[in-house]
Amino acid sequence: MKYSNFMEVTFKALSVNEGFARVCVASFCVQLNPSVDEITDIKTAVSEAVTNCVVHAYPTAVKGDITLRCELEDDMISITVTDKGVGIKDIEKAREPFYTSKPSEERSGMGFTVMESFMDSVEVISNSFGTMVRMTKKIINTMSEVGC
Amino acid sequence: MQIKSRISNNTLYVLLCGELDEHSANYTKLTLDELFLKPNFQKIVIDLSELSFMDSTGIGVLIGRYKKMKDKNIPIYICNPSSHAEKIFKMTGLYEIMPKIV
Repeated sequence: MKYSNFMEVTFKALSVNEGFARVCVASFCVQLNPSVDEITDIKTAVSEAVTNCVVHAYPTAVKGDITLRCELEDDMISITVTDKGVGIKDIEKAREPFYTSKPSEERSGMGFTVMESFMDSVEVISNSFGTMVRMTKKIINTMSEVGC
Repeated sequence: MQIKSRISNNTLYVLLCGELDEHSANYTKLTLDELFLKPNFQKIVIDLSELSFMDSTGIGVLIGRYKKMKDKNIPIYICNPSSHAEKIFKMTGLYEIMPKIV
């Protein structure tokens, strides 16, 4: 039988919640016994996706929600980060290394590149009602026989 | 984020302690810019030994500081990055403008 589990949290699109999102995903993924490197990769990818929502999704002072969902199927982790914001106008452009829609703000424009490097797959769906980023990663360093 | 600094041998040493992400980016930028106004140094070394997390927002912060100090001909060096920070630096080519020193 396949091992499966999930969790979902929703929080306000504030930068103070980035650390919470990272810790949340890391704590949940620990049950697959990932290596420290794998956990750090996942935390970084989540941080990038949540940062995008915080910075770009809600341009007005009224900040909406971000939903973070993490699903485990055997040794595969899939994470979705969803907002109900303004959407990404040109996804292809947004995924280009060093591209930023806010060049005056000292942004590196490397968010999606980091997600793509640290995860196995990154899928972006966006329209004028919001954006969903879905990322997957297979945990190689499973030590299930050691775990409890 | 906590930032400590000292000047010795014409070098400004800056120690970043904590997490560098969107939440701490603004404070980090402002604090570094204020420290970089100090007199009596010709180079800057940013020590990352106490940095527990960094994402690409950190790259934006560092490149922004590089651009400001480039005009003053003051080089910035990175030391003690974690293996994780190193991955991001190599991916973004940051070491080409801020070399790593031991």
